[in-house]
Amino acid sequence: MKRLRLLVVLAIVAAAGLLRAQVPDGPIRIGFIVPLSGAFAQNGRDILNGFLLLLDEVGYRAGGRQIQLIVEDDEAIPAVTLTKARKLVEADRVHLMAGTLLASSGYALTPYVDAQQIPMVYPVVSSDDLTQRRRSKWIIRTGWTSSQPNHAFGEYAYRTLGYRTVATVALDYAFGWESVGGFQRTFEAEGGRIVQKMWTPVSVHDFAPYLAQISRDVDAVYALFLGRSALQFVRQYGEYGLKDRIPLIGSGTTTDEHVLPFMGDEALGAVTTLQYSAALDTPENRRFTGAYRKRYNKVASYYAESMYTGGKWVLAGIEALGGRVEDRARLLEALRSARPTGLPRGPVELDEYGNPIQNIYIRRVERVGGELQNTVIATIPRVSQFWKYNPAEYLRQPLYSRRFGPAS
Amino acid sequence: MTYLITQSLNGLFSAALLFLIASGLTLAFGVMKIVNIAHGSFYMLGVYVAYTVILRTGSLLLGAGVALVVVGAVGFLMQRVFLRRFGADPLPQMMMTMGFALLFRDLALMIWGGDPFTLPYPGMLRGSMEAGEVVFPYYRLFVIAVAALVGVALWMVNEKTLIGARLRATVDDPEMASAMGINVARLSGLVFAVGAGLAAFGGVMGGPILGGYAGIDFDLLPLAFVVVIVGGMGSLKGAVVGSIVVGMIDNFGKALVPELSYFTLFAPMILVLALKPTGLYGRA
Repeated sequence: MKRLRLLVVLAIVAAAGLLRAQVPDGPIRIGFIVPLSGAFAQNGRDILNGFLLLLDEVGYRAGGRQIQLIVEDDEAIPAVTLTKARKLVEADRVHLMAGTLLASSGYALTPYVDAQQIPMVYPVVSSDDLTQRRRSKWIIRTGWTSSQPNHAFGEYAYRTLGYRTVATVALDYAFGWESVGGFQRTFEAEGGRIVQKMWTPVSVHDFAPYLAQISRDVDAVYALFLGRSALQFVRQYGEYGLKDRIPLIGSGTTTDEHVLPFMGDEALGAVTTLQYSAALDTPENRRFTGAYRKRYNKVASYYAESMYTGGKWVLAGIEALGGRVEDRARLLEALRSARPTGLPRGPVELDEYGNPIQNIYIRRVERVGGELQNTVIATIPRVSQFWKYNPAEYLRQPLYSRRFGPAS
Repeated sequence: MTYLITQSLNGLFSAALLFLIASGLTLAFGVMKIVNIAHGSFYMLGVYVAYTVILRTGSLLLGAGVALVVVGAVGFLMQRVFLRRFGADPLPQMMMTMGFALLFRDLALMIWGGDPFTLPYPGMLRGSMEAGEVVFPYYRLFVIAVAALVGVALWMVNEKTLIGARLRATVDDPEMASAMGINVARLSGLVFAVGAGLAAFGGVMGGPILGGYAGIDFDLLPLAFVVVIVGGMGSLKGAVVGSIVVGMIDNFGKALVPELSYFTLFAPMILVLALKPTGLYGRA
């Protein structure tokens, strides 16, 4: 009898303890930073849209707790990104953060994230070194490295497309250097040659001076642009009669769905590479793009998909902990080992450096049902940020820069 | 040789667009001594207004006309209702135009969203002219011709009409002009409206090639200011010469030394300012 009473008391104490552990007070607060004003507002809006769609689907709940999203606009200015992160961490006391668009913001934030030891998900920022030579323990990248799809593409361009000589035209900053570098490395390893490399300042809006210089004897022109510069370059490439002479290939952003609906026939036939295409024909992606179109009345861009997938990562991490996100180290661990399924872009896992291993798609612009789309013409499965190279050896070599491999 | 011809034609196209923007900027400065930071916004508004019209009617010409009138009216109101209150005070005037520029930018983002777009080519100007190795799009030739026509028209008005005479008198000496019975206030509103309309028209002309997007307002403004400073503030002739000089230098600079594209643009400006502080055709 005495024993029984002791057991009951013990059980009550244990239950109370368990109860306390299971229901921490208040909602899970997620801090979210993207540009919502200024020149990059639409990209930021797409990223946010992807997240909102996902959170709505789960009714703003994960791990048995309510989720509270706190959105901040960083205007795509790194100093503002930092200020907003401080506010989220120190005033709002968020449990984790997600977001940012530009590499400059991403790099500016890393030291702060490290110092605060707060888990942060980068869905879009693609600068190679964030998960390579200058990686941070507290940053989980669910997006990509700039060179990642391009390593796969360089080999594909040589072997399957049969190109031997290529000229490159790209925006003159890290995103351009790393993308072109990745392409050049594997393309030349196969035996191809990059015969001309042109870098255009990001302020350029009329590409005529560069188009006039493109060698007419190359097998293809590789172009890296995004946003309005993609629209302008592809339009002007057609304008100067180059479209009919030299095939246009390039980075995924050049024909991504954030600009593709605004292009015309001049984009037809362009072959580009990315870890996603809105035209990817899988049940998961059809469901995602259908829901996205229904809600926002437009096609999902890679920015939207990036945060939808990044959000799935966050939710999976929270679920794994049963909503107990207060311990940051455990949350980080849960995020790193999360394996969300049913992602629009296909299966993804993180490597030990915190970057996804994922399918890379080669896409060709086609007109289907009156709309331009990036039809997937090849899938290169399980591509790592180190391609087929040994990671340790890879990291001993310098980052792709403007000076990597001159044209020959 | 091919290279030289192609790049020169490209330079002329840049010059044509720059002239459409800078002519209004320089006239407004000449008459009102106003440094209009919102001038790029007129260009931007022109593209957006035309976009709305073209989506409904499909006509670039109609889009250009509507943009010219609507944005001209916006400029007129801006001058009559707000700017003229600071008649002789350049700093508050400039700050106010800065405020307007930010206002227009956010307004455009609210109304049209932030997605970039291009305007359609007019059907008959598709394709490129090919002469030997030289390839040049017809549409760009068309824009060069249009800008030349606008330049001639402005020159005719300025030199051959009564309004032109009043305008020149006001540029030279606003107080004396006012004393002679010229309604400087109304003239200022008119000049400001024409300048805004021309910038909007320039936006539509550039639309099929450069498109419209958030941030376009401040992309072209520095170039237009360089044109005005090199050519001489208030001088129409200066705007013509300045546009050609800047268009050529910008184009060849980008083609030959892309890393220094801003240097090659601003270096001639500094040089001109050092040797002739009023610009090539400006008056002290």
